[in-house]
Amino acid sequence: MTGRPLSPHLQVYKPQLTSMLSILHRASGATLYMASLLMVYWLFALASGSTHADALNSGLTEWWGKIVLYGILFCVYYHLANGLRHLMWDTGKGLDLKTAYMTGWLVVVFSLVATAVTLLMMMGGVQ
Amino acid sequence: MNHVHPLAKVKGTGSAKSGVHHWWMQRLTAIALVPLTIWFVGSMLGLTAGDNAVLAVRVWLAEPLNGVLLLAWVIAMIYHGQLGMQVIIEDYIHNHVVEVSLQIINKLVAVLAILMTVVTVFKLISGDVS
Repeated sequence: MTGRPLSPHLQVYKPQLTSMLSILHRASGATLYMASLLMVYWLFALASGSTHADALNSGLTEWWGKIVLYGILFCVYYHLANGLRHLMWDTGKGLDLKTAYMTGWLVVVFSLVATAVTLLMMMGGVQ
Repeated sequence: MNHVHPLAKVKGTGSAKSGVHHWWMQRLTAIALVPLTIWFVGSMLGLTAGDNAVLAVRVWLAEPLNGVLLLAWVIAMIYHGQLGMQVIIEDYIHNHVVEVSLQIINKLVAVLAILMTVVTVFKLISGDVS
């Protein structure tokens, strides 16, 4: 802000799995916070009568509503799994490069598979 | 235990004793959210088979334990989300007036959302399912 040189920032670094997962944790967290406010609105709709709730539910049957819901689901699984990774780091474990990459890929695979399985379960049930 | 000399405190270099509170509450809510989130997603998946989704949710909420866990889940989630959003604002907003304004909005929205949750869940629990 005062025109002083800044230390090297993001653009000088090669994107890596670890840095991408790190920013995705923040992005998914911000998304989930918005989703939790939507969740509060959904509860409010349920409590204030079925017209609000029906409107919200009919939004979920539209293609864009489904994309939003599936996106939120992915964020839930990703933030959950990567959050556990962070909690593990808090205990001082798994911080070496090899383990960090291994758990990173584990988180990626888990969130994709869990999202896919949930979608299949929903398609089998909801109408 | 206080390892900071009183002079350091007076000079403004002492601990405000709130340094770890944010970190600690973020972890505490995170730990609570792990089982609660799995429980909620599982519960919702169990519900979707019905014809009337809204009625199914209301019947599900009529069970007191579900109401308690839902309240715990949403409150922990909003608290956790509010803490995270606070850090995002701190990191990216460099205009002081804008930053403080957003921090205030962030806190107020979180409090309002929690109050809405408590009132609505209480109404859903105690109200007739019809």
